[in-house]
Amino acid sequence: MGRTHVDAVIVGAGWASSIMAKELTEAGLSVIMLERGPERTTPVEGAYPESIDELRGAVRKRLFQNLSQSTVTIRNTMDQTALPYRQLAAFLPGEGVGGAGLHWSGVHFRVAPEDLRLRSSVIERYGAKFIPEGMNLQDYGVTYEELEPFFDKAEKVFGTSGEAYKVQGKIIGNGNVFSPDRSDNFPLPALKDTFSASIFRDAAKNAGYHPYALPAANASRQYTNTYGCQMGPCNFCGYCSGYDCYLYSKASPNVNILPALRQDPGFTLIPNAHVLRVDLDHTKTKATGVTYLDTKTRKETSLSADLVVLGAFQFNNVHLMLVSGIGKPYDPVSNTGTVGRNFVYQTITSSRVWLPSSTYTNQFVGAGGAGVAIDDFNSMNFDHGPLGFVGGSPVWVNQAGVKPIAAAIGAGGGGTPRWGSAYKNALINTYKHSLVIDAHGSNMAYRDVYLDLDPTWKDVYGQPLLRMTFTWKDNDIRMNQYVVSRIEPIARAMGATKMNLVHLNAGQPFDTRNYQTTHLGGGAIMGDNPQTSALNRYLQSWDVSNVFVIGSNAFPQGMGYNPTGMVAALAYWAAHHIRTTYLKSPGPLVKA
Amino acid sequence: MKWPLVIACFLGMGLTAEATAQASDKAIVEKGRYLAAASDCAACHSVHGKPEYSGGVSFSLPMGKIYSTNITPDPDHGIGRYTEAQFGQALRQGIRRDGSTLYPAMPFPSYARLTDSDIHALFVYFRDGVKAVPVSAPRNEIPWPLSIRWPLTFWRWAFAPTPHKAIASTAEEFTDPLLARGAYLVEGPAHCGACHSPRAITMQEKALTAHDGSLYLAGGAPVDGWMPPSLRQENRTGLGRWSEEDIVSFLRTGRSNTGSVFGSMTSAILHGTQKLTDNDLHAIAHYLKSLPPADRTQTPWTYDPTITEQLHKADLSSRGARIYVDRCAACHRTDGKGYPAVFPALAGNPVMMQSDPVSLVHIVQKGASLPAMTAAPSSITMPAFNHKLTDQQIADVVTFIRHAWGNNTSPVSAEDVRQFSKTMPPPDMADDTLSLN
Repeated sequence: MGRTHVDAVIVGAGWASSIMAKELTEAGLSVIMLERGPERTTPVEGAYPESIDELRGAVRKRLFQNLSQSTVTIRNTMDQTALPYRQLAAFLPGEGVGGAGLHWSGVHFRVAPEDLRLRSSVIERYGAKFIPEGMNLQDYGVTYEELEPFFDKAEKVFGTSGEAYKVQGKIIGNGNVFSPDRSDNFPLPALKDTFSASIFRDAAKNAGYHPYALPAANASRQYTNTYGCQMGPCNFCGYCSGYDCYLYSKASPNVNILPALRQDPGFTLIPNAHVLRVDLDHTKTKATGVTYLDTKTRKETSLSADLVVLGAFQFNNVHLMLVSGIGKPYDPVSNTGTVGRNFVYQTITSSRVWLPSSTYTNQFVGAGGAGVAIDDFNSMNFDHGPLGFVGGSPVWVNQAGVKPIAAAIGAGGGGTPRWGSAYKNALINTYKHSLVIDAHGSNMAYRDVYLDLDPTWKDVYGQPLLRMTFTWKDNDIRMNQYVVSRIEPIARAMGATKMNLVHLNAGQPFDTRNYQTTHLGGGAIMGDNPQTSALNRYLQSWDVSNVFVIGSNAFPQGMGYNPTGMVAALAYWAAHHIRTTYLKSPGPLVKA
Repeated sequence: MKWPLVIACFLGMGLTAEATAQASDKAIVEKGRYLAAASDCAACHSVHGKPEYSGGVSFSLPMGKIYSTNITPDPDHGIGRYTEAQFGQALRQGIRRDGSTLYPAMPFPSYARLTDSDIHALFVYFRDGVKAVPVSAPRNEIPWPLSIRWPLTFWRWAFAPTPHKAIASTAEEFTDPLLARGAYLVEGPAHCGACHSPRAITMQEKALTAHDGSLYLAGGAPVDGWMPPSLRQENRTGLGRWSEEDIVSFLRTGRSNTGSVFGSMTSAILHGTQKLTDNDLHAIAHYLKSLPPADRTQTPWTYDPTITEQLHKADLSSRGARIYVDRCAACHRTDGKGYPAVFPALAGNPVMMQSDPVSLVHIVQKGASLPAMTAAPSSITMPAFNHKLTDQQIADVVTFIRHAWGNNTSPVSAEDVRQFSKTMPPPDMADDTLSLN
C-alpha cells in the first residue's frame, strides 16, 4: 500500500508525548509525532516582548484550542441535551507543539501516596459503607514506591524547584510534612516566597498547620537538565499560565525535551496533523497505525506503526479511543464498558482577602508555581470520619502574577460597581492590597458522570464530538465547603480587613462560563480490572495491546494536586516497561 | 567434509582482507570528514536546505559578489576530475585544476599548512564520503575587467606562503605537543586568522602565524557586519580573562561562562568546532592562551558596582539606564552578570569593550540566537530591538552597557547607530540557516 512505516507513532506533542518520544528514540525506535496545532518554539513565537502580550495571550487565547474546528459538548445530567462548548472558559485545552505543557503554570507535584489507592485506603479507615452510592472510587493499580524513580527522573528533566521534607528516610528540610519519602532532593532550591505567600506561611504555621513551598517547574536558578537542555532563572514576571516563557524558565516540552529530540535522526515531528483515528486490524485487537489529516492541505495520510501511543490531551485521548473502536464504550445505565468511565475534574474555589491599605501585595509579581501551601486538608491527611466525605484540598496562596487586563476585568470582585469612580477605587484597592487563597480540591468519580460520543454534533472533519456529562456532586460540594471554612481563621490571622470566601453551594451545577481549571481527568483510566478500567497499570489498552494511552485520562479520581507531575511520572513509568519488557516481546503486559 | 571447510576458510580470508581494506578506507574517510569539520569547509560551501558541499554561499566583496563552488565529487559541476595532487594544490596554493588562481576568500594561505597525510584524508573524504551533486554554483557577479583572474596569480606569488615553508613555520617552534597541535589547527585547517587577523590594503593577512608577530589574531575587519575580536590575551578586548575551559566550552557549545556566540562565528562552531575532539579543543585553547596581548596598554577590567547600586536604589539617572532595566535586565540582570551559559554576562564581556561597537549595536538591532548544538541543544534567543527602540534609544542603552560595571568604554551616538543600520546583518532566524529549538 506504500504507507510509511515507523516503529512508533505518537499522537500529540505535549509532555506525555514528548517524554514517550524521547524514551522510545533512546531505545532505538523510529518515531513520528503528530500534532494537530502549529509548530511553536521559544526563539520564534516565545520571544520577548511579543510573547507577553496579554490581549493576544490570555485574553484571545493564543496558545489554546481552536473551538471552531473541534470541541466537546457538555451537559450536566443524562436527561439533558448537550450543547457544544463554543467559547473557551471553564477549561482551556492547548493546541500546538508543547500542548498544555507550553501554557501551563508550572506547579509540579508528585502524588499523595494514599490517592493512588484511595478506595482501599477509605475502606481500611472508614469501611466500605463510607463510600457513597454511585461513586466509582478506584485504585490506580500502581504504588508511590513503584513510581518514585519516575517522579525523580521527571523533576530532573523539568528542573523543578522545591523544598524536600524527607530524602531516603531522613528529614532534611522544611518541606511538606505529609509528602512521602524521596530518593533525592529537588534539582533546584524552592522559589522565594512572594510577600502574600510569606504572610500565609506565617499565619498557617501559627494556626498549627504545616506550610511548605509549592514545588514549581519554574527554575529558581539557571539549569541544564538531563538532556542538556537549558533553562534561565525565573524573574517572577508573572506570564506563565497562558504563555510561552521567554526566559526559558518555565519547563515545557519545547524547552526541556524537544530541543534534544529534534537532534535525533530517528525522530520526526509533524505539526498541523490532526489524527482522525487509530487504524485497527479486523480483529480489533491490534493497531496497524493511524490516519491523520493535514489541516493545511486537508489531505489524509495513513501511517503504519508497530506501536501507537496516544499522548494527546485527556479528552482527546478518550475521543480517539471511542472513534477508533479501542475498548468497550462505557454505558452508565448498565455500568459496563470502560472507555468514558470515571470522567473527573477538580473542585476548586478561590477566595479573596483584603489587607489594610498600608500593606501592598505587589500582585504584578508572581510565578506560576510560586507559593505556599498546606496539605492538612488534602488526601487522607485528616479525619474524614465525622465529616462524611471522601477527598480533600490543598490550600494555598499561589500568586502567579496578575496581568493588567485581568486585573481590570476582575476589579473589586463580585458585588462592586462595574464602572465609574467606585469601580476604579475598588480596582485599585483590590490590585494593591488583596490576595487570593485557593482550595484546590479533589473530585470523585460517579456512575452518571462520563464521556461518550455526542449523537448530534460533529466537528469540521465530520466526526462526532465528545460529550461530557458532568456536574458537581454532594460529596465534593461538602468537601469544598469544609476546606473553605478552614481558610477563614487563617485569613483573619493574616490581618484581613475584608474577605470574600467562595465555595460551592448544595445543588450547584457545573457552570462552563467561568474559568475553573484545565485539570480534567479520567475517561480512560488505569487499574487492575479490565471490567472497570480501560488501561492496565502500564497504561496499555486492555483491548489493543500495542496502544498505550498516556495522560490524566488515566486518573480514576481527580486529585487535589495539579496533575502534570503525575502525568510525567506515568509517562516515564509506562516508557520504562515498554523499553524493558514490551519491546522484547510485544503483547499484553498484564494478563486480563 | 574437507573441501567445504577449505573453501569456507578461503572465502573467510577473502572477506577478511576486503573488510580490512574497507575498514581502512572508512577510517581515512572518517579522518577526512573530521578534518573537513576542523577546516570548516561547510560554512562556506554548504547552504542550509541544499545538498552538502554543493556551494552557492555568496561573499560580497568591494568589487562584486562571488559564490562558493560545488566541491562534491561530481565530475562536471564539482571536483570529481581533480587528482590528489591537483586537490592539494587548490587547497594549499590556491591553484585551480585549470591553472588559474582562486579568490583568496578560499583560505589557502592557511591551508598551506596542511600536512600531506591530512590532504590525503580530505581528498579521500571528498571523493568517497560526500555525495556527488550535479548542480552548478551561481556565476560570480564581478564586472569585467575585475573579473580577470590572472592578477590574482601575482597576489598569490606575493602573499601566499609555499606549503613547505608554511608547514615548517608552524611546526618548528612548538616543542609542547599540545601547543604544536593547537598551532597546527588554528593556523592551518581552522584558518582562524582569515577573520581574526587584520588584513593589509592589498587584502593579505598581516600575519599568518604566531611566528609572524603580535598582529596575528589581533582582531580583524567586520565580516557581514560583525567585528572579529582579538583572540590574543588582551585583558579587556581579547581572551585575557577566558580560561582554557571557557574557550573549550565556547567552541563546543557556542556558550560559556564568559560569553555566547553570535554572528558569523556561529556557523564556524555549528559546522566546525563543535565536532572536534576534546583533546583538539584543548589544544586550540592552550595555544590561544599562549598568545601575548597585541595591545599591552589595557588596564585590567575589574567589576565596578556603582551602577548596580544605583539601579538597586531605583536610580535611573544614568544615560540608557531606564531602557536597560526595561528591556535587558530580565536576562542580563541589573548587576550585568547575566546567568552564565544561558544569558551571557555583559559586565566584563570583551564584546562590550571593543573600540568599534558595531557587533554590540547589531546584536541589539537584530537580536541573536544560539543555534542547537549537539552538546547544547537549546536555542537561546535574544529578540531584535530595531523595531522597538529608536536609534537614539539604542545608542543610549549601548552606551550604558559599554560604560557600566567597569566596562568604561566610549559612548555611542545615534548617528553611529544610524550608520550601523546600513550594514545590519540579516537576522539569524529569518534566513533559516539555524536550527532553532
